[in-house]
Amino acid sequence: MATTTASPPKGGFGYRHPRARLAALLAAPMAWLVVVYLGSLAALFLTAFWTVDGFTGALVRTFTLENFVDVFTTPAYLQTMLRTLGIAISVTLLCLLIGVPVAFFMARVARPRWQPLLVALILTPLWASYLVKVYAWRAMLSPEQGVLAWFLAPLGLDSPGFGELSIIVTLTYLWLPYMILPVYAGFTRVPNSMLDASADLGAKGWRTFRSVIVPIIFPTMVAGSIFTFSLSLGDYITAQIVGGKVIMLGNVVQQNYVTNLPFAAAFATIPVIIVLLYLAAVRRTGALDNL
Amino acid sequence: MTTGRGTKVALSIFAVIAFLFVYIPLAVVLINSFNAGETLSWPPQGFSVRWWEAAVSNEGVREALVTSVVLGICATAVALVLGTLAALALGRYNFFGRDSVSLLIILPIALPGIVTGIALNNVFTTFLGGLTFFTLIVAHSTFCIVVVYNNALARVRRLGGNVEEASADLGARGWQTFVHVTFPLMRSALAAGALLAFGLSFDEIIVTTFTAGPGITTLPIWIYQNLFRPNQAPIVNVVAAFLVIVSILPIYIVQRFSSADERGGGVM
Repeated sequence: MATTTASPPKGGFGYRHPRARLAALLAAPMAWLVVVYLGSLAALFLTAFWTVDGFTGALVRTFTLENFVDVFTTPAYLQTMLRTLGIAISVTLLCLLIGVPVAFFMARVARPRWQPLLVALILTPLWASYLVKVYAWRAMLSPEQGVLAWFLAPLGLDSPGFGELSIIVTLTYLWLPYMILPVYAGFTRVPNSMLDASADLGAKGWRTFRSVIVPIIFPTMVAGSIFTFSLSLGDYITAQIVGGKVIMLGNVVQQNYVTNLPFAAAFATIPVIIVLLYLAAVRRTGALDNL
Repeated sequence: MTTGRGTKVALSIFAVIAFLFVYIPLAVVLINSFNAGETLSWPPQGFSVRWWEAAVSNEGVREALVTSVVLGICATAVALVLGTLAALALGRYNFFGRDSVSLLIILPIALPGIVTGIALNNVFTTFLGGLTFFTLIVAHSTFCIVVVYNNALARVRRLGGNVEEASADLGARGWQTFVHVTFPLMRSALAAGALLAFGLSFDEIIVTTFTAGPGITTLPIWIYQNLFRPNQAPIVNVVAAFLVIVSILPIYIVQRFSSADERGGGVM
């Protein structure tokens, strides 16, 4: 940073030249992120417009939209895309359905001295390994030996086994804390005076919840949904472990990237575009400030 | 607020069920690790620590654990330097393209892991001549920057620039100001960021599978490789149980840090 030989009366070189100091601070992180990360993304995106020679397996570096046409005209790929989107939306709705009441309980019903413990109880599973949590659901859902099968057997029911439903349950389990935490923070920020005012004006509990609280916490719900939605969209390990024969978007990318990188690259741009569209759509709600 | 008694009871019951939903699968992993049987069928066939003993003496598990820890430390070190620099720049200055820079820092974690994974894999194999432990550190550092940055930025904003100006007015050079003023005030935020970065790296599987050199096995990769081998199932389960127990540690450490901060009159 500042390396001047003279001894100025005030501060160092950087203090007297803020622009130079800014450049010095930004140089290393920007060099890293632009060269390593943006460079890689750009190269990948470029590859999506190339093809692979069917005989030699070598890259053919001529511009073509073939891969994108393939992605959007092959019924099996379209189905996988729609299925993945459906799973991501279901997971987000389930997380809202479970997460909002739990967050409300933590912030507004539970005694204040219990709150740090409840937050810790939500945070702890976030630190538990991702793979361990998916594995845990394999042990829960396993058709013959699973906990659920054992629990449901006396009732004459079977475990749902491995498939789309088990993917949705497992992903909901994985991302639920990402929904609860921002919404909980939102609930704690609702000022009591506003609730008193609502009650003074004659609103019952439910009316206050709908007309006062929900508008305030809506951005936090959207913030949570960004995590639950985009994390579900790109996941493929969960499908491998508890999905049975069901595959998701990421599985197609993973299966193709060795033999046909251009096609895998084209397929991988779909979740990126969906996530960017979603981010653009929710920008105005102020959700991005609640991440 | 006038939440009715009935509503409160209903919400409490709902919350208890939700917490059970969160903890039962983890409890099953813990209980299964003491299962005496060869297969992990439920209910367990008796109590035994034989699989814990088997896991501790398992060479593969031990090596994978060491690899993960070394990788986590290296990636965290790089992310600490780059994330702190970026936070000081974006927290103190307003400049053209500032929003783009912050988006660029967040991007590696906002995009699906598989996109980051194949993008880095493609570049590493094409330009660096293949995957090594070094490429793995580069990949992990890239997505760890954001958590250090987030923690550091929040602290930089809260501190404001006054103390640094005071330090400069008293004649301190930029470096002296950082060592004696800025860094001590940021220390706990950086520690929290480093802890998160380490946790993120330690747990990562998707980018890792695409950027690890041949023969390099981190703990998540070891679990993944052995998940579908029936005779390894009990040991995988012990490793899983170990990771569940270890996950309590960072929560405890963060608690300690924040209470230390309160005692010192700092901000968190």
